[in-house]
Amino acid sequence: MSSRRQQSRQSGASRITDDQIADLVSKLQQLIPEIRSRRSNKSSASKVLQETCNYIRNLHQEVDDLSHRLSGLLQSTDADSAQATIIRSLLM
Amino acid sequence: MSSLANPNVSRKRRKIDPDSQTRIPAETGLTRWRTQAEQLIYSSKLVDALRSPDSDSVTGRAVRDAADRVLAVSARGKTRWSRAILTNRLSLRLAHINRKHKKAPKPTARSMKPAPQKKLPPVQKKVKVLSRLVPGCRKVSLPNLLEETTDYIAALEMQVRAMTFLTGLLNGGGSAAPAFGQSDQNVSSS
Repeated sequence: MSSRRQQSRQSGASRITDDQIADLVSKLQQLIPEIRSRRSNKSSASKVLQETCNYIRNLHQEVDDLSHRLSGLLQSTDADSAQATIIRSLLM
Repeated sequence: MSSLANPNVSRKRRKIDPDSQTRIPAETGLTRWRTQAEQLIYSSKLVDALRSPDSDSVTGRAVRDAADRVLAVSARGKTRWSRAILTNRLSLRLAHINRKHKKAPKPTARSMKPAPQKKLPPVQKKVKVLSRLVPGCRKVSLPNLLEETTDYIAALEMQVRAMTFLTGLLNGGGSAAPAFGQSDQNVSSS
């Protein structure tokens, strides 16, 4: 893409052309499971960005929930046997 | 034949500025987060990090912090979000110490100042929201932001898979064969 050569990185997003945005957003699209399962032609940049933000928020929430659960589990169970199982899986 | 505009070559010709140093080799970067090995290594490091004897370390918040820290370390300094996670912890600790000794209110995060509200098209607004969700990326250019986002998402997905696996392990005992999703290589059938 020849437009990348003239790209100035010093300011914020204001100098980026719409084409560049569309190009990069389409790449981002590949990653979001929700969008992948739909027809990818339909999604606008705005929609992809929205879904991306939602997806990241969901992942954060999941990590928080899992952290909460793990904190409870770690208090009562033995971390050493878990560690042993993990290492065994790594070595197999 | 130098007439072809090879994006990689044109990238190297640019002056080095802070943004360009976050160049991520896209494919190797993302594939790495999806391997079973990476997931196992992460799980192991996380368990290690959580093993300290003080009862403080087993709060949900502490687990979350450790999980993020180990995740950031796994990125090996190649991405902006991972470096930001690690430096944020440092500046939070410094702020805590300063508050204890000097009692001076120090705004640690420069980005906490409310920026003057401009009228932004909806796409730009969403870009802003996204930049706030990915650590350390508030002032990054859009292409870099999107690259950081793709890596960050892949890493977060691995974090979720690994922590789910750990939860299952600690719940059901260690004898069950661990079942991973989305492993590209080294699928060991035990």
